[in-house]
Amino acid sequence: MSILINADATFIIQGITGREAVNLTRENLDYGAKIVGGVTPGRAGRDVYGVPVFDCVRDITAKSHVDGSVVCVPPKFTRDAVFEALENGIKLIVIVTERIPRREVAQMVELAALRGARIIGPNCLGLISPGEAKMGGIGGPAANTRTAYSKGPVGVMSRSGGMTTEIANTLTAAGLGQSTAVSIGGDAIIGTSYAELMPLFEADPETRAIAIYSEPGGRMEAELADWVRDNDSRLPIVAFMAGRFMDEMPGMRFGHAGTIVEGKADTTADKIERMRAAGISVAERIEEIPALLRERLGETS
Amino acid sequence: MRFYEHESKTLFAKHGMPLGKSGLARSADAARSIAAEIGGPVVLKSQVLSGGRMKAGAVKFADTPDEAARLFDEILPIVVNGQHAESILVEEKSPIAQEYYVGVTWDGRRKLPVVIFSDMGGIDIEEVAETHPEHVSKTHFSTLLPVTARVAKEAIGATGVSGNDLNRMTPIVHELIRVFLEYDLTLAEINPLVRLEDGRFVVLDGHVDMEAEARGSHAALLDEIGIQSEETRQARPPTDFEIAGAKVDASDHRGVAGNVVGFDGNLGLVIGAGGGSLTLFDAVRKHGGKPANYCEIGGNPSVKKACALTKLVLGKPGVEKIAVMMNVVSNTRVDIVARGVIKGCIESGRDPADTIAIFRIPGAWEDEGFKILKKYGVEYCDRSVSMYEAAGRAVAKMQAS
Repeated sequence: MSILINADATFIIQGITGREAVNLTRENLDYGAKIVGGVTPGRAGRDVYGVPVFDCVRDITAKSHVDGSVVCVPPKFTRDAVFEALENGIKLIVIVTERIPRREVAQMVELAALRGARIIGPNCLGLISPGEAKMGGIGGPAANTRTAYSKGPVGVMSRSGGMTTEIANTLTAAGLGQSTAVSIGGDAIIGTSYAELMPLFEADPETRAIAIYSEPGGRMEAELADWVRDNDSRLPIVAFMAGRFMDEMPGMRFGHAGTIVEGKADTTADKIERMRAAGISVAERIEEIPALLRERLGETS
Repeated sequence: MRFYEHESKTLFAKHGMPLGKSGLARSADAARSIAAEIGGPVVLKSQVLSGGRMKAGAVKFADTPDEAARLFDEILPIVVNGQHAESILVEEKSPIAQEYYVGVTWDGRRKLPVVIFSDMGGIDIEEVAETHPEHVSKTHFSTLLPVTARVAKEAIGATGVSGNDLNRMTPIVHELIRVFLEYDLTLAEINPLVRLEDGRFVVLDGHVDMEAEARGSHAALLDEIGIQSEETRQARPPTDFEIAGAKVDASDHRGVAGNVVGFDGNLGLVIGAGGGSLTLFDAVRKHGGKPANYCEIGGNPSVKKACALTKLVLGKPGVEKIAVMMNVVSNTRVDIVARGVIKGCIESGRDPADTIAIFRIPGAWEDEGFKILKKYGVEYCDRSVSMYEAAGRAVAKMQAS
């Protein structure tokens, strides 16, 4: 088992003829993805590594069942592409594109909620259920992906795309596989937060623990801490907190767009305290994560 | 990107919000003539991108034009939270009966915009929210439905305000919400919105922040207000090093070499990506290293871009060595970054083997990358060496040399 995607999931790629999207299509196909079509307006009739290209999402959903879409169109056109996917009944949308203004992200998220759909991202690398399928650029070429990711009991969530793979790689090297790893995106407003993915991991029998990458800015760690406490979660969580140096530099902007320390927003020290109070272990270094997870798994199993 | 108070007010005025008479002074003479034109007592307010002006003494009242001119010279040199002023807003002094707070911002948790209203304005709203929560309302609203006046009415009414005050403030708050959405703002704030003794309402102070990503969509407005495209409007003005870093990033559309920020140390950092940079910067400091800079390389930068960034970092006074490190990469090509940093060392007249303290970028095309590094005698490591350990090796080399 896994969450969000498995080996049978069918999906499409919007903006499939773009340079990054072509690479991503190749990497996903090589990892076993069932990509049933791609969309680029005006490019119908072409193909990308054998994936047929259409002008409209409707041209694909009319003929095939589509579980998800990977959106990698330029920022100016992203909202339109996501609306198109949602209005054609697609329920899982991974937005790779970065630099989308908050207002447009909020509009997409609001429409997704109305349509009973879920958005991952924007500004993310996608998600992977190791050994089954991946959606998005996560892990890079299939061979690299197989080196870093392996199947197992740990759910991974990360605001940083690159650190998703770094953590998975560290887990794999330590003999701990992953059920599903999700790069949730680094922006101030994203489709799905840690706390919103927790019920899915909670319901997945294969997932026995969670590892997260977290950084300054926003309230997502506070939200996760609240969720864990309110729902008496069965899953032990280990978090790694980056950007501790930012506590000394209020007002400066580093990292992702969501990483802005200002006023009374959570500092990394605040976040660590909140998470520890909710029973989440916080690692100083990435390489401490496997041992902390094993310790916590030992306690609960 | 934060607007100065006078720029925010230009935007508010464009949308018909009520403002006192004012003018922007860049000299004491200008301050005198603006005060004379207004006639009567005025307030002089230093134009800086920071709160805390009153406390710093950068807001003062003048009864006569000559006093305004004198206060201009007094206020202008005052540095407020590291911000130097270049101009001062001279505005008519209003007889205040009551102060209110209105702010519109994003709630990342609810993923919706929210209007915050208080009938206890003029002071720190976070403090009021803690001490008098019943005097602060938070009203979320949809980004899909048209914004109608009822959102403003509900926000105001929730604090118990009624009668003429409710009806007079509703259009002002409604307009602020519309401005917030129309211009992709991350914050639109009026603090305070005041009721004058004659019952009229005036926007006494306010400021807006525009989302950096949306600047391109609002070029006409920024042009009209006079905000130049190179202005970063960060918490402090950018240094020459940072401006040069932005130029490296803009020189080539491939990949990212962003957020170059200078620090005082001797170890130059060519690091990435977003999360990796935060992790690595912490790691260098934890080992007792002194970073000369922060940066974020990401995506798939060209040899040219990696080379230019390396040269920039090596050119910074005091930089002895550089550490080239990233998390396990998905789409960044290791060989291209390796080529770029080696070229950057050579073009800076430095020996790559001696200059690059460590190269730790595992991932796509790493074999090709490691081959190049080996040829030049550069110490590199693969994913079996953690980010923390790699940072430690770089710091150890600095301490040994």
